[in-house]
Amino acid sequence: MALKGNLRDFTITQLLNLVNLAKKTGTLVVEGANQSARITFREGKLAYAEISNEDNGLGAVLHKNKIITRAQYNTISKRAKTISDKELGLMLINAGYVDQRDVIISLQNHFMDILQRLFSWVEGIFYFNPGETPPPDRIPIKMDLENIIIEGSRRLREWEQLQDELPNLDLALKFTDRPGVNIQNLNMSVEEWKVVSYINPKNTIRQIGKAAKMSEMEIRRVVYSLLQAGLVELVRPEGMVRTLPGLDQTMAGKSKEEQENLVNRLIGRIRQL
Amino acid sequence: MQTVKMVVTGPFNSGKTEFIQTVSEIDVVSTERKISAEAEKVKESTTVAMDFGRITVDDQLVLYLFGTPGQKRFDFMWEILSEGMLGFIVMIDSTRPETFREARSILETFRAYAPTPYVVAANKQDMDDAWDVEDMRIALRLENDVPLLSAVARDKESVKTVLIELLTNILNEISG
Repeated sequence: MALKGNLRDFTITQLLNLVNLAKKTGTLVVEGANQSARITFREGKLAYAEISNEDNGLGAVLHKNKIITRAQYNTISKRAKTISDKELGLMLINAGYVDQRDVIISLQNHFMDILQRLFSWVEGIFYFNPGETPPPDRIPIKMDLENIIIEGSRRLREWEQLQDELPNLDLALKFTDRPGVNIQNLNMSVEEWKVVSYINPKNTIRQIGKAAKMSEMEIRRVVYSLLQAGLVELVRPEGMVRTLPGLDQTMAGKSKEEQENLVNRLIGRIRQL
Repeated sequence: MQTVKMVVTGPFNSGKTEFIQTVSEIDVVSTERKISAEAEKVKESTTVAMDFGRITVDDQLVLYLFGTPGQKRFDFMWEILSEGMLGFIVMIDSTRPETFREARSILETFRAYAPTPYVVAANKQDMDDAWDVEDMRIALRLENDVPLLSAVARDKESVKTVLIELLTNILNEISG
């Protein structure tokens, strides 16, 4: 089945949320106005990222992170044409220029940088190639997406967009039941922690905003990031008054058996169609 | 004669009229008008008030299916049409992710004021560019206990499956 569309309608943050929650493995290709990016995931975690028209090789990444000098980078660039990143990494570690931690952190920073740039793309075609792994000569990593999603959601600042994403502030929030996600490990801001402390199916988003002394825009932004990171879900607040009658009122005057009989007759008739 | 009703809602061009037409025993009473807005010109006409279909169960019971207009500017009609319904179906076009946000908003609106059972139908699942149903669940932020069904509105068996799923949920709610 296709997973494709336009960033205009489905943002990078939402795509990362989808990959994260569905624990997808494969490569997300995003074609923007001037550049394209390929982001690879393994079981819902970030494994690799590259962007077109730029050197995504390990030498360039280490140089960008100031782990190696320009002269070292130039030397590596000449040799790197014939060896893979994996071989280069091993060579540099064995020669004592870098350690494994330098390599991993530099790659994490580079991939994060690509994703952060993607957050600013508002137009572009995307599609997901299931099962596609990183290029074999590159070094894959394993990075949780929750913090990246929260960071991306913070950038969604336009009022209209936030209002579209979260039109009803009279709904409440509850924590999702997601094994393996520890909220303590997330890089949340003071505002986000404040909102988290008020989350309870009895409190509407509007009430939480008021208690946390936040404007509508601020509370929308925080709730949107928590939703996108898959940490909370929207629920009807306990005791909420509905404007329309429920089943009990619609079927008023009928015993339970009569109500069941009526629905069974409907089911029987539809089966015959 | 007793009449009961169920409502079919969802964004513009999600397949509500076709869904009702597929199982209705009468020609659907449709209040379609030629589309004027450029952005909405993916089809020739659209529903501006409601669609109305009928399934006669026996000489004492009739089921009416009401389709709401898809565009947001007609949302004042939704609550009127939903009064007294047994349950509702939210239709979503699986090939148009640009409508998912609106679908979510419609769903949240209905859930907020209508305490009746509902199901979500991921329509056009026979198309090559249809999104996977489980991907749609995440995109639409549907909890795992919300019934989300693969559907093809012009296929009678598929429509029957959606209706029976909704009726089964209604039965479960009655039985407690």
